[in-house]
Amino acid sequence: MIAAPAYLTPFAGLLCAIVLYAVAGVIAGVLRGGALRIVYPVAIVAALIAIACDLAALMSQGDFAHVLPIGLPGTGLRLRLDTLSAFFGLIVNIGVLAAAIYGLGLDPAHDLSGRIEPFFAIFVAAMNAVLIADDAFAFLFFWEVMSLMSWALVVANHESPENRKAGQVYLLMAAIGTAALLFAFGGLAGTAGGYSFEAMRAAAKTPLVSTLVLTAVLIGAGSKAGIAPLHAWLPLAHPAAPSHVSALMSGVMTKVAIYGLIRVVFDLLGAPVWWWALPFLLLGAATAVLGLLYAVLDGDLKRVLAYSTVENIGIIFVALGMALAFKAEGLNAAAAVALAAALLHAINHSWFKSLLFLGAGAVLHATGRRDLDGLGGLIHTMPKTAALFLAGTMSICALPPFNGFISEWLLFQSVLAGPGFPEPVLRFLSPAVGAMLALAAALAAACFVRAFGIVFLGRARSPAASAAHEAPRVQIAAMGLLAALCLFGGLFASALVALIEPLLVKFAGVALPGAGTGPTPFALVAFDPKRATYDALTIGIFLIVSGTLTTLVVHRISNRRTRRGPAWDCGFPNASPITQYSGSSFSQPLRRVYGAFAFGARDNVDMPAPGDMRAAHFSVTMRDPVWQCLHAAPARAVFGLARRLNRFQFLTIRSYLVFMFSALIVLLLVAAVWF
Amino acid sequence: MRDTIILLAGQFAQMMLVLLIAPLITGIIRRVKARFMRRKGAPVWQPYVDLSKLLRKESVIAENASWLFRSAPYAVFAFAWVAAALVPSFAAGLMFNWAADVVALVALLGAGRAILALAGMDIGTSFGGIGSSREMMIATLAEPALLLVFLTLALMAGSTRLPEIAGHFISTPPTVRISLALALVAFVIVALAENARIPVDNPATHLELTMVHEAMVLEYSGRHLAMIEFAAQLKIVTYLALIACLFVPWGMAPANAGPFAWFAGLLAWASKLCLGAVLLGAWEVSIAKMRVFRLPDFLGIAFVFAFLAILMAFVTRAVL
Amino acid sequence: MFAAYDIAHLLAGLMLVTGFAMLYQDRISAVLTTFAVQAILLSCAVAWQAVAQNRPHLFITAALALGLKGLVIPYALRRMVLKLGMHREVEQVVGVAKAFILGLCLTALSFMLVLRVTVKADVFTREGLAMALAIILIALLMMITRRNAVTQIVGFMSLENGLILAATGARGMPLVVEVSVAFSVLIALFVFGVFVFRIRERFDSVDIEALDQVRGDQR
Repeated sequence: MIAAPAYLTPFAGLLCAIVLYAVAGVIAGVLRGGALRIVYPVAIVAALIAIACDLAALMSQGDFAHVLPIGLPGTGLRLRLDTLSAFFGLIVNIGVLAAAIYGLGLDPAHDLSGRIEPFFAIFVAAMNAVLIADDAFAFLFFWEVMSLMSWALVVANHESPENRKAGQVYLLMAAIGTAALLFAFGGLAGTAGGYSFEAMRAAAKTPLVSTLVLTAVLIGAGSKAGIAPLHAWLPLAHPAAPSHVSALMSGVMTKVAIYGLIRVVFDLLGAPVWWWALPFLLLGAATAVLGLLYAVLDGDLKRVLAYSTVENIGIIFVALGMALAFKAEGLNAAAAVALAAALLHAINHSWFKSLLFLGAGAVLHATGRRDLDGLGGLIHTMPKTAALFLAGTMSICALPPFNGFISEWLLFQSVLAGPGFPEPVLRFLSPAVGAMLALAAALAAACFVRAFGIVFLGRARSPAASAAHEAPRVQIAAMGLLAALCLFGGLFASALVALIEPLLVKFAGVALPGAGTGPTPFALVAFDPKRATYDALTIGIFLIVSGTLTTLVVHRISNRRTRRGPAWDCGFPNASPITQYSGSSFSQPLRRVYGAFAFGARDNVDMPAPGDMRAAHFSVTMRDPVWQCLHAAPARAVFGLARRLNRFQFLTIRSYLVFMFSALIVLLLVAAVWF
Repeated sequence: MRDTIILLAGQFAQMMLVLLIAPLITGIIRRVKARFMRRKGAPVWQPYVDLSKLLRKESVIAENASWLFRSAPYAVFAFAWVAAALVPSFAAGLMFNWAADVVALVALLGAGRAILALAGMDIGTSFGGIGSSREMMIATLAEPALLLVFLTLALMAGSTRLPEIAGHFISTPPTVRISLALALVAFVIVALAENARIPVDNPATHLELTMVHEAMVLEYSGRHLAMIEFAAQLKIVTYLALIACLFVPWGMAPANAGPFAWFAGLLAWASKLCLGAVLLGAWEVSIAKMRVFRLPDFLGIAFVFAFLAILMAFVTRAVL
Repeated sequence: MFAAYDIAHLLAGLMLVTGFAMLYQDRISAVLTTFAVQAILLSCAVAWQAVAQNRPHLFITAALALGLKGLVIPYALRRMVLKLGMHREVEQVVGVAKAFILGLCLTALSFMLVLRVTVKADVFTREGLAMALAIILIALLMMITRRNAVTQIVGFMSLENGLILAATGARGMPLVVEVSVAFSVLIALFVFGVFVFRIRERFDSVDIEALDQVRGDQR
């Protein structure tokens, strides 16, 4: 066996991959035309390299630090690949791999454009670079590059006013978020002013500074991740981008934000205090439920998916909050369960959300529509996409044996340990959070049964839907890759848990009871085998065996004749597809039960009296409290202030002189009093 | 090795047993309801006859039914069967009891529900849609209460595994516990909702506006319908067995007890299920079906009870 | 000891549950029945405390609770409702779901508070106080969220049930206090009764919103 040269570390490989991404982007951006075609193949190669390097770094538990002589004079560019970076790098690059394979199937004549491919490649490079940044400058620089590139992708299709608005809101939120992160790093650096993460870790933090840093990082990273009430940009921006980019933004970029959060709160900020968990738990639980309520009431397929991202971020927040709380209270085993839930949900969500967005992209491409009420019956025209989308649906609904359930199970296990908190506030809060999570899980099932059922099942609601065609084979392969990962992650969760073991040990103190302690090597164990076990593989085999057995037996003993006939529908089948349940009628019960509570939803029925020839009208009014309070109100205030200040533009010169004179006097006075 | 074989045999026995007993339980419920209404009612083995009749009939499916519609009944049945097989019945510690704890069990039942709801939307009729939509809405109301019930039990027994919970309650002396009583009420309400029983849904009606579950499966016939009906019967058995296992576990054979103790456990289990069926029948005739939009209040009771149960468990624990 | 504790816990817990049941009811007669049940539970709880703590004079309190609040007051109120021919629906300012959630928050709050404050107290006192505080807060919540004058009376009485529960849980409350409390409740009933009839005469309704119109500081 030949010993690998010393410079061939995972870090070097990853750096190559990043450079490869960036170079492909620059070349495509400069040359355009045919050069655009190189982006996706190069991205696939780079993603494969990066995945290999991240895996190697994670499994060898390596910690590679380098200082590159570029960047700010005197400091250089500090980079470090540790296990946390490697884990999130894995999330990013698997997502990129799938998106790039999907991109191969795009039509070179129509879909390739100089507005997408160059930015795609640089966006991906920037995400990877954020993960390995080891000082505040590098982190913020790459973070900004990531934000700007994704902004460019959001407004790539800028002909529609909706996308322009999305771009505007996104840019604003990204700017606010980066400013908040700037403050957070400023606080972490302290008066000594060491901007490397090393120095921040070592710096002493007063409780006040810690609180301020926590707030700032919650605003900065939280807004990028899409935590309520800072989520408003997300459902506008993510769907506006091309679908494979939406998949990256929803599935992967939000995880980069989660990475930033974990890096700061778990790593740089030092030992946690119990009440740090409160914003995570409260905001997370509220986000999870609110995000799904938005999703279940929305009528646009891609926006439904984006809102569901908001929900999943809420779930990750709750898991992180539980981990923080357990860690602060010294319950390390429970902290490990909660942290495992957060990390696994991050990776699981990146898989199934990317899968669903790619599926939505295929639907959009095949029909030109993404409104639920214009689709339907696609299972007949796009059977493969439908099957793969169904796998994503099962995953996101947290149904066994798919992967979404794994993280959900771990999270519920950690909530079930909540009564063990010595701190009464946390002890009383944990059942409420658990109930909110259960509500979110059930709402997710309702939301995605609706999304899948309306889009793929039933009869086509528009000519475009009935004329749909199956997606290209490469795109099916991209979705198949993700669906396989979802199933794999569900069945062999213990492998994933083993993969993140170094992370758990690093941040929670202990790992989960690993393989071997459970009844079988594949069983997932929380706390100890007497307390909670779940073996997806056994369940999966059990399901397959009993399902096949039943089918065989029934086909043997039953009358196997099958006749096709018109639908029964209680005797009154109606040929018009309009009589089907639509997306909004499916969510009507949920709107009545929860919408009135959360959004003040009201049904306005205008039914003319018998004999009156007027048409009857039905409308629903809803208001979004978050948008109104946090976005519309400040906007109104700013405009009002601007209008008032506008008066100053039309004063006489004498008045301007009076202003200047009085300002001078005031300053002199201040100086006189102060010194 | 020998132990493994015995355990495997026990697991297999339970899988067959739930299949055998499920139609009987439904028959008992129907019979009890009929007697209370002063009708004679069909014999208790009528559901077996119904199932075999359905199996022998040809299956008529709509012209635009997809593969999902045709395979859903088998999938739903498989999920229900696996769930029923995993609840400890006559003995704790059967072969696969460890494979799923109570959280996973609920997820299995939820998976069956989601698949059935999808199947309801496949034909594209308004009845299928209304059934699916309401079924999923009811699930959102029931699920939080269910989790809180499990939280209470996990707090008391220190485990979410069914054999451990049952073992804990068997080994501690029986006392009056307000938390457990409240949790039981909450669980029963949830079970009524999940199994589409009165007052949440009426399993015996085809009146279009009162049905939820029946509307979903309206398009099914023949062997497909047989599978779905059988799955619903298995689901009732699962929930009754869950109540028996979690709240009245006495009489269950402990782990590693061997076939003789199993027999005693079997008798206890069967009598508990029959008692549950009789009570359910009596309950169903004594109450009216609720309007759909009264359900949030009704299931709200379950939520409040479950939450009070966990709060009171905190008080107890803090004091003792 | 544990059995004594469990039964006390059970009875107090059931009283709390009836508090929630009162929030749930939307008919005045059902509210009255629930209230009677709560009073009977109270008398059982007090009687159990008399046995468990070996304080026979608590039996008098129990008898008072049973007689007055379990039987006389519900009967009187029912007659009042029938006589006034009020429409039986309870007007709710806040819906059942919201009232439930608020009630749960209040319960959690009172449990948390009592557990924090009375770390050193003994078993009966702590648990009794926690439950009693929750019952009192729920009763107050009912007075706030229901507009009908009769439900307000019931809320007040239920509040007083909580007070008695707290008092019997804490050792050493003299009998005379309890008797005087019982009579003050009876007097309160008379005052309320007269009051309700007067409202009725004036405004042809017992909706207390009607009273807002005669307030001096009208908005």
